[in-house]
Amino acid sequence: MTNIPEALSYTKEHEWVAGLDEGSTATVGITAHAAEQLGDVVYVQVPEVGATVSAGDAVGEVESTKSVSDIFCPVDGEIVETNPAVVDDPSLVNSDPYGEGWLFRVRVEHEPDEVLTADEYNAFISGGS
Amino acid sequence: MSRSTPLREVHESLGATLTDFAGWLMPLRYGSESAEHDAVRTAAGLFDLSHMGEIFVTGPRAGEALDYALVGHLSTLGLGRARYTMMVNEAGGILDDLIVYRLGDEEFLVVANAANATLVARELTERTARYAGSSGAAASDAVVEDRSGDYALIAIQGPRAAEILRGLTEAGTTADLDGMKYYSIVSGTVSGVPALIARTGYTGEDGFELLVRPQDAASLWHALSEAGQELGLAPAGLSARDTLRLEAGMPLYGNELTTETTPFDAGLGRVVRLDKPGDFVGRSALAEIAKSEGTDEAGASRRLVGLVARGRRVPRHGYPVVRGGEVVGEVTSGAPSRSLGRPIALAYVSRAAAESGNDLAVDIRGSHEPVDIVDLPFYRRNK
Repeated sequence: MTNIPEALSYTKEHEWVAGLDEGSTATVGITAHAAEQLGDVVYVQVPEVGATVSAGDAVGEVESTKSVSDIFCPVDGEIVETNPAVVDDPSLVNSDPYGEGWLFRVRVEHEPDEVLTADEYNAFISGGS
Repeated sequence: MSRSTPLREVHESLGATLTDFAGWLMPLRYGSESAEHDAVRTAAGLFDLSHMGEIFVTGPRAGEALDYALVGHLSTLGLGRARYTMMVNEAGGILDDLIVYRLGDEEFLVVANAANATLVARELTERTARYAGSSGAAASDAVVEDRSGDYALIAIQGPRAAEILRGLTEAGTTADLDGMKYYSIVSGTVSGVPALIARTGYTGEDGFELLVRPQDAASLWHALSEAGQELGLAPAGLSARDTLRLEAGMPLYGNELTTETTPFDAGLGRVVRLDKPGDFVGRSALAEIAKSEGTDEAGASRRLVGLVARGRRVPRHGYPVVRGGEVVGEVTSGAPSRSLGRPIALAYVSRAAAESGNDLAVDIRGSHEPVDIVDLPFYRRNK
């Protein structure tokens, strides 16, 4: 059973989001499920601080030994912080995807319509994604 | 529906991530593929390669039939020795790369890639019949038999492979591991199981490939695991196998080798033995290319080169190689390299680009990332 913390929100692109209230700063990372599917992450590209982004924009990428995936921003807003530790040591995405492996923080302009609860995300990944 | 090897349950009990590869359900990785890669470089790794094809060619004219069917001069292969060779079509395009072992005066074993095993067996059968027809040999003088189903193949690769295997190889059998040369094969007993023991591999390390009966595969796997436990042996999946072979500069069928490439394109013209007697499939096309190799005319019009990226983004299969905005080639394989600490790739580039080698970049999803051409292999073990 893969780890899906109750307190977080999720996207179908396998990101987790913490702190999704309008006007607040949300933290974004990729899920444990996504990290397991990717294998060892070797490179993380994070967005630039100050960039204005829209929900669904590809704002970075995560590369593993075998594949590369885009990171999508789950909300409209402005990138306010990125995680330098994960850029230096991409394996944090594997070892601590919901903690030290966070990717960026974004100031939330509008609350997004399409995020999943932990239960919904669990159902989504169990449905053969 | 993918086929399973005799070791599927073993892989599942080890928590492997399984993937479809060439119609087979194979272990991609057991845990961290980087750790598996490192285990093979520093200690040893255990691989299930039971998906590969084992095709026997036997009879008094078996060697000559292989000389006609393949690009190498197999009739001169010494008893108990192995040789890397290829099967090509009439145009010189590669149908598969193979290792041929001589098990007896009149017995050869051809090991083919899983994806091509059926094709190779069929082509060997047809070519052997054609050879017999043209040389006046009897059909029984060279008999082809696809025995892929009769064998499981387990590889143990890495600097400690010989040490691990030695403890399981009984004295008094033919197998004297220490005396075995690289690219040789003996028949012996490993952990009580009859095995063909070959000192070959696809990782750039010393190592062995063990051909055993399917029903013996699991017990041999467990015996090897146990014997290697204290020495750092780890099960290793296809992901590690791919990064290991790439670092060793070894081509992969489907990536570097296809029907659209010739052995010369791949920098492996040495396997084409135009000096052997008699005709062979692809000879005239390959002779033409060989003649213009080294001249200004395009013999092989492109070169397989090794690239090392300056940045951290990984050039991958199919990405264009560019110079000054112009496409000059294409990446065939790429991966982050544990041994170099940078991404590496194999790519076909134009001869001009290969010869100057400057200002090359790979178009990685729209951004041109600089790369340098380096000599192959990327990694060479200390002997």
